[in-house]
Order: sequence, then C-alpha cells, then structure tokens
Amino acid sequence: MRRALRVLLPVIVFAIIMGVWEATVRLRGIPPYILPAPSLIVQTLVKDWGLLVASLLATLRATLEGFLAAVIGGIGLALLFNRARWVEDAFLPYAVILQVTPVIAIAPLLLVYLPQHLAVVACAWIVAFFPVLSNTLLGLKSVDRNLVGLFALYDASPAQKLWRLRLPSALPYIMGGLRIAGGLSLIGAVVAEIAAGSAGSGSGLAFRIAEAGYRLDIPRMFAALALLSAAGIVIYAGLSAVSRLVLRRWHESAVEGD
Amino acid sequence: MTAIGCRDVTRRYANGIDALGPVDLKIREGEFVSLLGPSGCGKSTLLRIIAGLDTSSTGSVMVDARAKSSRGIGFVFQEPTLMPWASVRDNVRLPLRLTGDASDASLARIDELLTRVGLAEFADAYPRELSGGMKMRASLARALVTDPDVLLLDEPFAALDEITRFRLNDDLLALWRDLRKTVVFVTHSVFESVFLSQRVIVMTARPGRIFAERRIDAPEPREESFRTSASYAGFCREVSALLAQASAETRGRVA
Repeated sequence: MRRALRVLLPVIVFAIIMGVWEATVRLRGIPPYILPAPSLIVQTLVKDWGLLVASLLATLRATLEGFLAAVIGGIGLALLFNRARWVEDAFLPYAVILQVTPVIAIAPLLLVYLPQHLAVVACAWIVAFFPVLSNTLLGLKSVDRNLVGLFALYDASPAQKLWRLRLPSALPYIMGGLRIAGGLSLIGAVVAEIAAGSAGSGSGLAFRIAEAGYRLDIPRMFAALALLSAAGIVIYAGLSAVSRLVLRRWHESAVEGD
Repeated sequence: MTAIGCRDVTRRYANGIDALGPVDLKIREGEFVSLLGPSGCGKSTLLRIIAGLDTSSTGSVMVDARAKSSRGIGFVFQEPTLMPWASVRDNVRLPLRLTGDASDASLARIDELLTRVGLAEFADAYPRELSGGMKMRASLARALVTDPDVLLLDEPFAALDEITRFRLNDDLLALWRDLRKTVVFVTHSVFESVFLSQRVIVMTARPGRIFAERRIDAPEPREESFRTSASYAGFCREVSALLAQASAETRGRVA
C-alpha cells in the first residue's frame, strides 16, 4: 500500500501540474513562442523524434563514457590515496580544486585543447569523479578495526585485505558515490555540449536546445529538456536498482521488508 | 609445558599513559585462565599483546602456538566482528581462506563447528539476520576453525543478556573440555570468571598489574549445578574480595 502510494503520489502531482499548465496556456491564449502547452511539447517530441533521439544517444554516449572514466578514476585514485597517506595529502587538494572550479568555466578551455567528443567526456568525468573518489575514500577508511585485527592475526596478504575486507566494506559508500556521479556526469556532458555548441558543430541534446533557442523554437527546447530530464531520472533509477541488488542481502540501506 | 609466557610486559601509549605492567604471567598448556579486572585496567591490552594485535613497549611475550604458525591463535573480540556481506559459513571459513587452506578436513570442520555452536541451520544466513548470541557463536566457531592451540577471548559475552551469557558459558566450557585448548578469557564479571576458569587472575588498573590470583579448585566437569553450589558462592566471595582490594589499591594510587 505504502509502496503503491510512493509511486502514485508523484504521478498525481505531475498530472495536476500538467493539467494546470495546459489549461492556463489554452484559457489565456499564451502563444507557443512564450510558453508551449504540454500537448504541443509532446507533439514536437513526436514530430522531431528522429532528430532528438539521435542527439540524445550522442549525449548519453558521452555521459556513459565520462561516468565509466569517473568510476574507474575515482575508485582507482581512492585506492592509491589509501595506500599511502602522503599521496592523499599531495593530491587530494587538486581533486578538490577540480571539483570546486565551475565546470562551465573549464569547458571552453577543454574544447580548445581536446577534440570535441573527448572534451565533452572530460567534462562529464571532471564533475562525476569527485563524489566517487571521496565516497570510496570514506568507505575505505570506515573498515571495522577489529576485522582489520582479525585479518592481521591470520597474516592476510595486502591483496586479501583489499578484496576480502576493504572493498566489500567500502561497497555501500561506493554505490552511494555512483548514484551521485551518474546524474553529475549527465550534467557535465550537457555543460560541455552547450559550450561546444557555441563553438561549432555538435549533435548532442544540449546542442539541440541551444540551436532551438537561437531559432526561438521554444517547443523543441522544452521537448529536448524533457528528454534530458527523463534520461537523468532513468540513470538515477538504474543506479539505485543496481545498488539495491548488490547490497540487498546485507546492508541496512537496501534490505527490503523492514 | 608453558603455552604462554609474559615477562616484564609493559605498554605505554603514545600519549604517555602507562596502560600496562610490568606483568609476569605463565599459562600452562590446556589451562583455562581468566583475566579479571575493572574496565580500563589493561586486561584487553594484555590479551591483544599476547595475540600479536598490539605490541608491548618493553618485556617479552612468548606464545608457542603463534611462533609455530599464524593459525595457532583463535581470537574472539568483544563484538562479534563478522563481515556483514558474507554468510555465516563464509565468515567461519575466513581464517581458512586467509591461510590458503582448502583441505577437505578443514572444510568439514566448518560444518562440524557450526553444528557444535548450534548454528547448523543458519549457515547460509547473513549476520544481520542473527541475534546477538548467535553472532557471538559464529564468532566463536570462526576462532576455532583453524584448530588453534590457544583461544583468546576479550569480554566476548559482555554485551549479552544473562540467560544467553549463561548458555554460552556452558557451551564454551563444553568446547574446552572436548578440545582442550589453552584459553585466556578476559572479563569483568566475577561470576563468569569463577564459573569458567581453573585460575582467576585479578588485575589493578592504571597501569594494569597482576594483583592476585586464585585457583578455582572445583571439580570438573562443571555443570549448571555448580552455579548454585556453596563452593561456587565461596569462590565468588573470595574473588570479589580480591577485586575490591585491587580496586581500592588502584584508587589509592590514583589519589
């Protein structure tokens, strides 16, 4: 019952907002270049489907590549930092700098130095890798001290400590990092595409938004935006499902039925 | 044969606090000894030093079993210390994996031990599905899976309710009777120490020193009935008095 409500309530809210929106646009006769009605956005989505989906796939590809690079880079760096304190002390500040510098300001530079697709992937990577890094670091440090003692008691090798103790202990934290990173890599890719759009050719969904903006094709802007939102939701839901699947037997955050 | 020998063992923490010693201690092979003292008296530190989980600042520790192999000591922590991501069977199997032992005899011992501690039906359960007492049983089975000569227990039952603790005490005694390990049991419970051990060592605090020791010359095997016997009450009274004197001395020294 509660479960059904949790799905149903947001849907009802969505329907109400759409209804009010549609009614307002129709009753007050607002022209589509100011604010298109939801029905018109859906029509545009259908009409421009081929174009938009091709763009969506391009954006998703960059997002996925940036995400994978963030996962590998974030976990890898965390493992490296965890091996020696001085490595962490030496390099963590730079990871932080990369994180706190607005990516929209870095994107034009990357577009100067890198081929466009690579620059988009790099942007996705920059915004997404930090949560993976910091969460994994936190996880690696949160190992039960007595379990560390137990492993020492039996003279466990460094590889055994890593695979049988540190990584499994860190897994819930890593999964948390991945959930954040998934959405962020989409944001990074979109930001880079917007920056690239002004610099030249581009086929991503963000480029379509910029392009439609220049042409005052507001309905298409909304249609592309809706697709981006949907993509973000799917990424988040997918990663949440993976997290639940991986942790469901043992971690409180994922245990069902309690 | 001496199984464990400590000579002039001290432990000073990095902050300059003397936690332990000097302590001289000899434990015979197959003996069941309790270290009894107030919280913070360094008894756990002494146990961890014996296990090799902590190092002494001065003095020497000799543990025959440890010198022979990394499988010679079984350790039970205050908390169950199970891996939450692994089933009970995999948790018990961990020491075998870590020491690269996949022999049939050892693997058979996993199920044997799970049966002995009453967890046969829960072999595939995960730690979060177990009660506190059952987790401690799994922890005990894990400590025994390498068939160690020495079993070290650090207040293993302190967090359990009395009924569960009594049952686990009985089971531990039965295990000791059958397997004849050398057991060092750290506790702050007079009743537990008297019921279980052949020898109770009473410690003072800050720094932890051996204040006195008392042999518990009660007949074995000790059954549930021992708990209500007059001799048990007598031993408890004596050990309680020793513990009170030890605490008084600690207070005197601190004041």
